[in-house]
Amino acid sequence: MGSQVSDKALLTLASADPYDRGAFDTDALKDSLFTTRIDELVSWSRKNSLWPMPMGLACCAIELMAMVGPRFDVARFGAEALRFSPRQADLMIVAGTVSKKMAPAVKKVYDQMPEPKWVIAMGACASSGGMFHSYSTVQGVDEIIPVDIYIPGCPPRPEALIAGILEIQKKIATETK
Amino acid sequence: MWLTLRHMFRPKVTLRYPEEKWQVPEYYRGIPVLVSDQDGRTKCVACFLCQWVCPPRAITIKAQELPFSNVEKGPREFEINMLRCIMCGYCEEVCPEEAIFMSKEYELTGRSRQELIFDKERLLRLGGTRFDTIKKWVHK
Repeated sequence: MGSQVSDKALLTLASADPYDRGAFDTDALKDSLFTTRIDELVSWSRKNSLWPMPMGLACCAIELMAMVGPRFDVARFGAEALRFSPRQADLMIVAGTVSKKMAPAVKKVYDQMPEPKWVIAMGACASSGGMFHSYSTVQGVDEIIPVDIYIPGCPPRPEALIAGILEIQKKIATETK
Repeated sequence: MWLTLRHMFRPKVTLRYPEEKWQVPEYYRGIPVLVSDQDGRTKCVACFLCQWVCPPRAITIKAQELPFSNVEKGPREFEINMLRCIMCGYCEEVCPEEAIFMSKEYELTGRSRQELIFDKERLLRLGGTRFDTIKKWVHK
Protein backbone atom coordinates (compact mmCIF):
# COMPACT_ATOMS: atom_id res chain seq x y z
CA MET A 1 0.00 0.00 0.00
CA GLY A 2 2.33 2.70 1.16
CA SER A 3 5.35 0.93 -0.16
CA GLN A 4 5.63 2.97 -3.34
CA VAL A 5 5.33 6.25 -1.54
CA SER A 6 8.17 7.49 0.65
CA ASP A 7 7.58 8.85 4.11
CA LYS A 8 8.22 12.38 2.93
CA ALA A 9 5.50 12.11 0.30
CA LEU A 10 3.10 10.70 2.87
CA LEU A 11 3.81 13.73 5.03
CA THR A 12 2.86 16.17 2.27
CA LEU A 13 -0.24 14.19 1.34
CA ALA A 14 -1.41 14.17 4.91
CA SER A 15 -1.04 17.91 5.41
CA ALA A 16 -2.93 18.66 2.19
CA ASP A 17 -5.98 16.95 3.67
CA PRO A 18 -8.50 19.53 5.03
CA TYR A 19 -9.69 17.10 7.65
CA ASP A 20 -6.15 16.51 8.87
CA ARG A 21 -6.20 15.84 12.57
CA GLY A 22 -2.52 16.68 12.87
CA ALA A 23 -1.55 13.04 13.04
CA PHE A 24 1.64 13.71 11.10
CA ASP A 25 2.39 17.05 12.69
CA THR A 26 6.03 16.80 13.64
CA ASP A 27 6.72 20.55 13.77
CA ALA A 28 5.89 20.73 17.46
CA LEU A 29 8.24 17.86 18.07
CA LYS A 30 11.02 19.54 16.12
CA ASP A 31 11.31 22.32 18.66
CA SER A 32 12.37 19.89 21.28
CA LEU A 33 16.14 19.49 21.53
CA PHE A 34 15.82 15.95 22.77
CA THR A 35 13.97 14.69 19.69
CA THR A 36 16.35 16.50 17.35
CA ARG A 37 19.25 14.75 18.96
CA ILE A 38 17.45 11.45 18.69
CA ASP A 39 16.72 12.18 15.04
CA GLU A 40 20.37 12.89 14.41
CA LEU A 41 21.40 9.73 16.20
CA VAL A 42 18.95 7.65 14.24
CA SER A 43 20.02 9.16 10.91
CA TRP A 44 23.66 8.66 11.81
CA SER A 45 23.17 5.03 12.68
CA ARG A 46 21.04 4.46 9.58
CA LYS A 47 23.55 5.95 7.22
CA ASN A 48 26.57 4.28 8.71
CA SER A 49 25.14 0.79 8.61
CA LEU A 50 23.33 0.59 5.34
CA TRP A 51 22.59 -2.98 4.37
CA PRO A 52 22.48 -3.02 0.60
CA MET A 53 20.54 -5.55 -1.36
CA PRO A 54 22.18 -5.92 -4.72
CA MET A 55 19.75 -6.36 -7.56
CA GLY A 56 22.57 -7.39 -9.85
CA LEU A 57 21.04 -8.01 -13.20
CA ALA A 58 23.87 -7.55 -15.69
CA CYS A 59 27.45 -6.31 -16.09
CA CYS A 60 27.18 -3.57 -13.48
CA ALA A 61 26.97 -6.34 -10.90
CA ILE A 62 30.63 -7.13 -11.55
CA GLU A 63 31.60 -3.60 -10.58
CA LEU A 64 29.36 -4.00 -7.54
CA MET A 65 31.28 -7.12 -6.60
CA ALA A 66 34.51 -5.22 -7.16
CA MET A 67 33.30 -2.56 -4.80
CA VAL A 68 32.74 -5.13 -2.09
CA GLY A 69 36.19 -6.59 -2.69
CA PRO A 70 39.31 -5.58 -0.82
CA ARG A 71 40.55 -2.91 -3.19
CA PHE A 72 37.55 -0.57 -3.11
CA ASP A 73 36.39 -1.59 0.28
CA VAL A 74 32.81 -0.64 0.98
CA ALA A 75 33.14 -2.11 4.47
CA ARG A 76 34.85 1.15 5.40
CA PHE A 77 31.43 2.79 5.07
CA GLY A 78 29.53 0.14 6.92
CA ALA A 79 27.75 -1.29 3.91
CA GLU A 80 29.46 -4.63 3.56
CA ALA A 81 26.49 -6.79 4.54
CA LEU A 82 25.21 -7.46 1.05
CA ARG A 83 22.58 -10.10 1.45
CA PHE A 84 20.13 -11.10 -1.20
CA SER A 85 17.28 -10.92 1.24
CA PRO A 86 15.00 -7.91 0.81
CA ARG A 87 13.44 -8.39 4.24
CA GLN A 88 16.73 -7.54 5.90
CA ALA A 89 17.95 -4.76 3.64
CA ASP A 90 17.44 -1.04 3.44
CA LEU A 91 19.23 -0.08 0.25
CA MET A 92 18.50 -1.68 -3.09
CA ILE A 93 21.20 -1.21 -5.70
CA VAL A 94 19.70 -1.93 -9.11
CA ALA A 95 22.73 -2.81 -11.18
CA GLY A 96 22.07 -3.77 -14.75
CA THR A 97 19.50 -3.78 -17.49
CA VAL A 98 15.94 -4.28 -16.33
CA SER A 99 14.07 -6.23 -18.95
CA LYS A 100 10.30 -6.18 -19.09
CA LYS A 101 10.29 -9.83 -18.07
CA MET A 102 12.25 -9.11 -14.91
CA ALA A 103 10.38 -5.93 -14.01
CA PRO A 104 7.57 -7.55 -11.93
CA ALA A 105 10.22 -9.43 -9.95
CA VAL A 106 12.13 -6.20 -9.24
CA LYS A 107 8.92 -4.53 -8.10
CA LYS A 108 8.01 -7.47 -5.90
CA VAL A 109 11.43 -7.48 -4.26
CA TYR A 110 11.20 -3.73 -3.70
CA ASP A 111 7.81 -4.13 -2.06
CA GLN A 112 9.21 -6.78 0.24
CA MET A 113 11.75 -4.39 1.67
CA PRO A 114 10.74 -2.80 4.96
CA GLU A 115 10.69 0.98 5.36
CA PRO A 116 12.92 3.01 5.41
CA LYS A 117 14.37 2.07 2.08
CA TRP A 118 16.41 3.77 -0.59
CA VAL A 119 17.24 2.82 -4.16
CA ILE A 120 20.38 3.45 -6.18
CA ALA A 121 20.07 3.08 -9.93
CA MET A 122 23.55 2.07 -10.97
CA GLY A 123 24.74 2.41 -14.50
CA ALA A 124 23.22 3.66 -17.70
CA CYS A 125 20.78 0.78 -18.16
CA ALA A 126 19.17 1.04 -14.75
CA SER A 127 18.95 4.84 -14.72
CA SER A 128 17.53 5.38 -18.19
CA GLY A 129 17.34 2.52 -20.65
CA GLY A 130 20.98 3.16 -21.48
CA MET A 131 22.12 1.76 -24.76
CA PHE A 132 19.06 -0.44 -25.12
CA HIS A 133 16.28 1.71 -26.47
CA SER A 134 14.24 -1.36 -27.31
CA TYR A 135 10.82 -2.87 -26.88
CA SER A 136 11.95 -5.34 -24.27
CA THR A 137 13.87 -3.07 -21.91
CA VAL A 138 12.37 -0.93 -19.20
CA GLN A 139 13.66 2.58 -19.90
CA GLY A 140 14.97 3.25 -16.47
CA VAL A 141 14.04 1.45 -13.28
CA ASP A 142 12.34 4.61 -12.02
CA GLU A 143 9.41 3.61 -14.23
CA ILE A 144 8.62 0.94 -11.65
CA ILE A 145 10.18 2.01 -8.38
CA PRO A 146 11.20 5.40 -6.94
CA VAL A 147 14.93 6.01 -7.25
CA ASP A 148 17.01 8.18 -4.94
CA ILE A 149 20.40 8.33 -6.62
CA TYR A 150 21.36 7.80 -10.25
CA ILE A 151 24.89 6.85 -11.16
CA PRO A 152 25.85 7.16 -14.82
CA GLY A 153 28.51 5.00 -16.36
CA CYS A 154 28.81 1.85 -18.36
CA PRO A 155 29.68 0.40 -15.98
CA PRO A 156 30.37 3.05 -13.35
CA ARG A 157 33.70 2.53 -11.66
CA PRO A 158 33.52 1.13 -8.13
CA GLU A 159 34.64 4.53 -6.88
CA ALA A 160 31.64 6.09 -8.58
CA LEU A 161 29.40 3.60 -6.82
CA ILE A 162 31.04 4.43 -3.52
CA ALA A 163 30.43 8.10 -4.31
CA GLY A 164 26.79 7.14 -4.85
CA ILE A 165 26.64 5.45 -1.46
CA LEU A 166 28.19 8.54 0.14
CA GLU A 167 25.47 10.63 -1.53
CA ILE A 168 22.82 8.33 -0.08
CA GLN A 169 24.44 8.77 3.31
CA LYS A 170 24.26 12.54 2.87
CA LYS A 171 20.63 12.22 1.88
CA ILE A 172 19.82 10.12 4.93
CA ALA A 173 21.61 12.58 7.20
CA THR A 174 19.57 15.52 5.95
CA GLU A 175 16.25 13.73 5.55
CA THR A 176 13.54 14.80 7.98
CA LYS A 177 11.03 12.18 8.91
CA MET B 1 44.11 -18.81 11.85
CA TRP B 2 47.77 -18.47 11.00
CA LEU B 3 46.75 -17.44 7.49
CA THR B 4 44.56 -14.70 8.88
CA LEU B 5 47.38 -13.41 11.06
CA ARG B 6 49.77 -13.50 8.15
CA HIS B 7 47.37 -11.47 6.04
CA MET B 8 46.91 -8.93 8.77
CA PHE B 9 50.55 -7.96 8.59
CA ARG B 10 50.86 -7.80 4.83
CA PRO B 11 50.70 -4.42 3.07
CA LYS B 12 47.09 -3.45 2.44
CA VAL B 13 45.71 -3.19 -1.08
CA THR B 14 42.71 -1.02 -0.25
CA LEU B 15 42.41 2.22 -2.17
CA ARG B 16 40.89 4.52 0.42
CA TYR B 17 38.38 6.11 -1.84
CA PRO B 18 37.44 9.61 -1.24
CA GLU B 19 40.85 10.49 0.14
CA GLU B 20 42.94 8.48 -2.29
CA LYS B 21 42.04 8.53 -5.93
CA TRP B 22 42.95 6.08 -8.63
CA GLN B 23 45.66 7.06 -11.05
CA VAL B 24 43.63 7.61 -14.21
CA PRO B 25 45.44 6.26 -17.30
CA GLU B 26 46.08 8.39 -20.35
CA TYR B 27 43.56 6.60 -22.51
CA TYR B 28 40.70 6.50 -19.97
CA ARG B 29 37.26 7.38 -21.35
CA GLY B 30 35.27 9.40 -18.89
CA ILE B 31 32.31 11.61 -19.70
CA PRO B 32 32.31 13.56 -22.98
CA VAL B 33 32.80 17.31 -22.76
CA LEU B 34 32.94 20.19 -25.22
CA VAL B 35 36.05 22.30 -25.63
CA SER B 36 36.68 25.88 -26.67
CA ASP B 37 39.87 27.05 -28.34
CA GLN B 38 42.21 29.70 -27.05
CA ASP B 39 40.04 32.52 -28.47
CA GLY B 40 37.11 31.37 -26.39
CA ARG B 41 35.22 30.12 -29.43
CA THR B 42 33.26 26.89 -29.17
CA LYS B 43 34.87 24.56 -31.63
CA CYS B 44 31.68 22.65 -32.34
CA VAL B 45 30.05 23.52 -35.65
CA ALA B 46 26.86 21.50 -35.11
CA CYS B 47 27.51 19.07 -37.92
CA PHE B 48 25.42 16.44 -36.09
CA LEU B 49 27.97 13.70 -36.67
CA CYS B 50 28.26 12.85 -32.97
CA GLN B 51 24.47 12.78 -32.61
CA TRP B 52 24.29 10.44 -35.59
CA VAL B 53 27.00 8.07 -34.43
CA CYS B 54 26.14 7.96 -30.71
CA PRO B 55 24.94 4.39 -30.06
CA PRO B 56 22.45 5.16 -27.26
CA ARG B 57 21.50 8.52 -28.87
CA ALA B 58 22.51 10.46 -25.80
CA ILE B 59 23.42 13.65 -27.70
CA THR B 60 20.81 16.16 -28.85
CA ILE B 61 21.88 19.20 -30.85
CA LYS B 62 20.03 22.17 -32.19
CA ALA B 63 21.96 24.28 -34.64
CA GLN B 64 22.02 28.01 -35.10
CA GLU B 65 23.44 30.33 -37.68
CA LEU B 66 26.50 32.28 -36.64
CA PRO B 67 26.55 35.14 -39.11
CA PHE B 68 29.58 36.85 -37.69
CA SER B 69 32.28 34.32 -38.50
CA ASN B 70 33.58 32.20 -41.32
CA VAL B 71 32.05 29.23 -39.62
CA GLU B 72 28.42 29.71 -40.45
CA LYS B 73 27.01 27.21 -38.04
CA GLY B 74 27.20 26.58 -34.33
CA PRO B 75 25.23 24.76 -31.69
CA ARG B 76 22.34 26.62 -30.14
CA GLU B 77 21.67 23.76 -27.75
CA PHE B 78 23.92 20.79 -27.10
CA GLU B 79 22.60 18.34 -24.57
CA ILE B 80 24.18 15.10 -23.50
CA ASN B 81 22.03 12.83 -21.37
CA MET B 82 24.69 11.38 -19.11
CA LEU B 83 22.34 8.63 -18.01
CA ARG B 84 22.20 7.30 -21.56
CA CYS B 85 25.88 7.88 -22.35
CA ILE B 86 27.95 4.73 -22.33
CA MET B 87 31.30 6.51 -22.67
CA CYS B 88 32.22 4.61 -25.80
CA GLY B 89 34.22 7.48 -27.29
CA TYR B 90 32.62 7.32 -30.72
CA CYS B 91 31.69 11.00 -30.58
CA GLU B 92 35.31 11.97 -29.96
CA GLU B 93 36.43 9.69 -32.75
CA VAL B 94 34.01 11.01 -35.34
CA CYS B 95 34.17 14.72 -34.63
CA PRO B 96 35.84 16.53 -37.54
CA GLU B 97 36.47 19.67 -35.53
CA GLU B 98 38.03 18.03 -32.45
CA ALA B 99 35.37 19.72 -30.42
CA ILE B 100 34.28 16.93 -28.12
CA PHE B 101 36.61 14.92 -25.92
CA MET B 102 36.29 12.22 -23.35
CA SER B 103 37.38 13.74 -20.06
CA LYS B 104 38.83 11.84 -17.15
CA GLU B 105 35.75 12.46 -14.99
CA TYR B 106 34.04 9.31 -13.73
CA GLU B 107 32.50 10.11 -10.38
CA LEU B 108 29.14 11.48 -11.31
CA THR B 109 26.00 11.04 -9.25
CA GLY B 110 22.68 12.79 -9.39
CA ARG B 111 19.45 12.85 -7.46
CA SER B 112 17.17 13.16 -10.44
CA ARG B 113 17.18 12.48 -14.15
CA GLN B 114 17.11 16.17 -14.98
CA GLU B 115 20.26 16.82 -12.99
CA LEU B 116 22.23 14.52 -15.23
CA ILE B 117 21.24 16.00 -18.57
CA PHE B 118 24.15 18.31 -19.23
CA ASP B 119 23.55 21.34 -21.39
CA LYS B 120 26.02 23.23 -23.53
CA GLU B 121 27.22 25.66 -20.86
CA ARG B 122 27.99 22.92 -18.42
CA LEU B 123 29.78 20.84 -21.02
CA LEU B 124 31.86 23.81 -22.09
CA ARG B 125 32.70 24.57 -18.51
CA LEU B 126 33.80 21.01 -17.89
CA GLY B 127 35.84 20.90 -21.08
CA GLY B 128 37.82 24.06 -20.66
CA THR B 129 40.06 25.33 -23.41
CA ARG B 130 42.44 23.43 -25.56
CA PHE B 131 45.14 25.15 -27.45
CA ASP B 132 44.50 24.90 -31.17
CA THR B 133 47.65 24.95 -33.28
CA ILE B 134 45.78 24.87 -36.58
CA LYS B 135 43.02 27.47 -36.64
CA LYS B 136 41.35 26.18 -39.74
CA TRP B 137 38.47 28.60 -39.97
CA VAL B 138 40.42 31.84 -39.73
CA HIS B 139 41.60 32.26 -43.30
CA LYS B 140 38.75 30.75 -45.25
